[in-house]
Amino acid sequence: MLHTVNKSPFQKNSFDTSLRLSRKGSDILLIEDAVYAALKDSAIAKTVKQAVTTHSIYVLEPDLMARGLQPARLIKGIQIVGYEGFVELAVKNDKVQSWL
Amino acid sequence: MKFGIVINEGPYQHQSSDTAYHFTKAALAAGHTIVRVFYYHDGVNNGNNLATPPQDDRDIVKRWSALSKEHNLDLVVCVAAAQRRGIVDADQAKRSGKHAENLADGFRISGLGQLIETGIEADRLMVFGD
Amino acid sequence: MGAIKKFMYINRTAPYGSIYSLEGLEVALIGAAFDQDVSMAFVDDGVFQLKKGQDTSKSGMKNFSLAYSALGDYDITKLYVEKESLQARGLTVEDLMPLTYEDQDDDYQEKPSIRVVDSEQLADIIAEQDVLLNY
Repeated sequence: MLHTVNKSPFQKNSFDTSLRLSRKGSDILLIEDAVYAALKDSAIAKTVKQAVTTHSIYVLEPDLMARGLQPARLIKGIQIVGYEGFVELAVKNDKVQSWL
Repeated sequence: MKFGIVINEGPYQHQSSDTAYHFTKAALAAGHTIVRVFYYHDGVNNGNNLATPPQDDRDIVKRWSALSKEHNLDLVVCVAAAQRRGIVDADQAKRSGKHAENLADGFRISGLGQLIETGIEADRLMVFGD
Repeated sequence: MGAIKKFMYINRTAPYGSIYSLEGLEVALIGAAFDQDVSMAFVDDGVFQLKKGQDTSKSGMKNFSLAYSALGDYDITKLYVEKESLQARGLTVEDLMPLTYEDQDDDYQEKPSIRVVDSEQLADIIAEQDVLLNY
């Protein structure tokens, strides 16, 4: 199952909720302001590093770029995809939940 | 594969309409079908052809109309949400005595049932919102 | 008409502060006419939608909380409330409206619609759905 999140984890709990209410092994795609969750050295980096070991975490490249975030600043194990990759994730998974 | 797209927010205020647009384009480019784009809540403002964004910005309304024309997309604006926000087609303008109509090309106004039908018809329902 | 799909409306917003919870309720009621398998989940601030004793007389807004008790008549009988969300807000199931439905398969006995589940159970229920809408 694919879970998308679009809120900054520093503003709203959508990312936390997506972790709590997704099964282990699910795909989570960070889009829009949720891309900030991928930053290493942040106050929530520990949670995200842990999540990378239980879920497959992806981040949308155009939204990273728009916000000036370089790949080198991201937590290891988070995979970068474009809109084509977003579509592929939605195809590969049999359902999609958007945590807004 | 058949995708349904739901957009809950208006243009410019929130990125969701942009994300939905780029997702829809990428899905079409990959050979997938879009069953319907359903505009809900403030998302109905994506169908307001009176919008006049500055020239150096993207024209979100026109962009949807153009994509609809190119790929024969069904763009549906939720009627209850549209009425609350003053998005009207020619027929409704006449019936409710409004002095203008403002529904953009390629859009049509219909009921919430179309959202449920999209969920039934589509293999995947994608929700973009706030 | 194909196979029946499982629709779940996931409610994560509090009432009145924004339109989403009212819309979520409306679409659930309208969607009931399509004979799909419908359930609702109440998570995060969404649990406040079910709070007892809502009184909008002084705020001038429409009190739509009464409409939740109609859900049972529309065959929407599975209202999942996440235990962790309740606890995080200092609420218990006693704070929620006592919503019920008449079970047609059990001599029309009145049964509670609200089912408190923990996050792991709810994750499993979400993973079983076909269509997920968010409010």
